[in-house]
Amino acid sequence: MGPFLAVMRRDLMLAWRGRTDVLVTLAFFVIVVCLFPFGVGPETNQLREIAPGVLWVAALLSTLLSLNRLFAQDHADGTLEQLLLSPEPTALWVAAKVLAHWIVTGLPLVIVAPGLALLFDLQQDALGVLVLSLALGSPILALLGAVGAALTLGLRGGGVLLALLILPLYVPVLIFGAGAVDAYLGGTGADAQLLLLGGGLLGALAGAPFACAAALRIAIE
Amino acid sequence: MMTDKLPRPNQPKSLLRFSAPQLFYPLAGRLAPWFASAAVVLAAVGLYIGFFVAPTDFQQGEVYRVIFIHVPAAWMSMFVYLVMAFWAAVGLVMNTRMSFMMAKALAPTGAMFCFVALWTGALWGKPTWGAYWVWDARLTSQLLLMFLYLGFMALTAAIEDPRRSDRAGALIALVGAVNVPIIYFSVKWWNTLHQGASVSLTNAPTMASTMLAGMLVMAFAAWAYTIAVTLWRVRSLILERERHTEWVGHELDLQEGRA
Repeated sequence: MGPFLAVMRRDLMLAWRGRTDVLVTLAFFVIVVCLFPFGVGPETNQLREIAPGVLWVAALLSTLLSLNRLFAQDHADGTLEQLLLSPEPTALWVAAKVLAHWIVTGLPLVIVAPGLALLFDLQQDALGVLVLSLALGSPILALLGAVGAALTLGLRGGGVLLALLILPLYVPVLIFGAGAVDAYLGGTGADAQLLLLGGGLLGALAGAPFACAAALRIAIE
Repeated sequence: MMTDKLPRPNQPKSLLRFSAPQLFYPLAGRLAPWFASAAVVLAAVGLYIGFFVAPTDFQQGEVYRVIFIHVPAAWMSMFVYLVMAFWAAVGLVMNTRMSFMMAKALAPTGAMFCFVALWTGALWGKPTWGAYWVWDARLTSQLLLMFLYLGFMALTAAIEDPRRSDRAGALIALVGAVNVPIIYFSVKWWNTLHQGASVSLTNAPTMASTMLAGMLVMAFAAWAYTIAVTLWRVRSLILERERHTEWVGHELDLQEGRA
C-alpha cells in the first residue's frame, strides 16, 4: 500500500498547490449546466424533466475536459517514465493517480450537483439518488478516461481525439446514471440502476488500471 | 541444433509462415482478385434476386427491398469489428506485425458498412416508421459502433510511430470490444424504459425463402468484398511499412518494369 499512498499524496498535494486548475473544471461544470435553460427555455416543467440528463452530460464533459491533466504534466517532466521504471506494480500507482484525480475533479462535481439541481427545480427527495448515482458513476468515467488519456498522451489534437475515443464508452454510464434519477422520479425505484453502476464501478476498478498501465507502456516506450 | 528448425522439403509448411509480411504480400495479391470477382458475381446475383425475383412484401410494399443491402451491411459492420479485435488481440499477444496491419486494414471497411447500414436504415425508416431516425436500440448501438470505428481510425492515424500506433489501436479496439455488449444492453434497456412499445424487427412475419436467399447471397458478397478490399489495403500497408527493406525495392522494380 506504500506506493499507492505515496503517489496519491503527491498528486493531491500538487493539485492543492495548483488550486485554480481544479476550480476551472468545476466552473466549467456549473456554466455548462447553466447554459441549458438558455437553450431550451425557462419552462419549469421542462427543466425539471431534463435536469438529471443535463447534470450527467455536464459531469461527463467536465470529466473529459480534465482528463488530459491526468498524465500530461508527469509526462512532460519525466516523472511518468521514472514511475514506469520503478519496481512497483504499474496498475497500483495508476489506480492511485486516478483516485487522486477523481478526488480533485470528480468529487467536487458530486458535491455541487445537488445545488445545481435546485436551479432546475428537481424534487428534493431525488437529490440523494442524484448524488449517489454521480458518486458511483463519476469514478467509472475517471477510470475509463484514464485509459484514453494514456493512449493519447503527447499527441497533437489529443483532446479532441480523446473525446472521440472515450465518449462512446461513456454512454452506458450516462444511461444508468441519469436513468437512476429518472427511475426514482418515475416511481420504479433506482435500485437496479444504482446496482448496475456499482457493478460497473467494480468492473472498471478491476480492469481499467491494467488497461491504463498497458496504454502508458505503449505510449512511453 | 539450428538445422532441426529449418523446414525440410518433405515437411508440409506451416500456414503461420504467412505472418511474415514478405510472404503475405504476394499471397494477398493472388487472393484479392478472386475475392473481388466473387464479390461482383455474388452482388449481381443477390441484387437480381432482391430486386426482380423476390416478391413484394404485402405490408411494406417495395420499400422493404432495402434490406438486401441494409442487413448484410449491418451484419458485416459488427462482424468486422470482432475480426478487428481478434487481430488486435493476436498482435498484442504474439507480437506479430501482420496482425496489427490486418486490424488497421479492416477498420475503414467496417466503418463504411456501419455508415451504409445507418443510411439505408434511415431511407427505410422514413416511409415505414415515418421518421429517418428513431432512438431505437439497434440504431443507437450501430451509431455508437461507428464512433468506435472512427475513434480507432483517428487514434492510429494520429500516432506517427508505427509500433506505438499499432499497439495503441489494438488496445482501444479491445477496450471497445469489451464495451460493445455493455453498450448494446444498456442502450436496449434505456430504450425500453423510455420509449415503451417501439418498432420491433424481431417478430416480423416470416420471410419468403427467396427474400432470405437474396439476403444470404448479398451477405456472402459483402464478405467477399471485405476480404478483397482488406487484402488490397493490407498490401499497401505492407509496402509502406517495409519500404526500407530490400524485397520491397525489388517488388517495386518488378511492378515498374511490368507497367
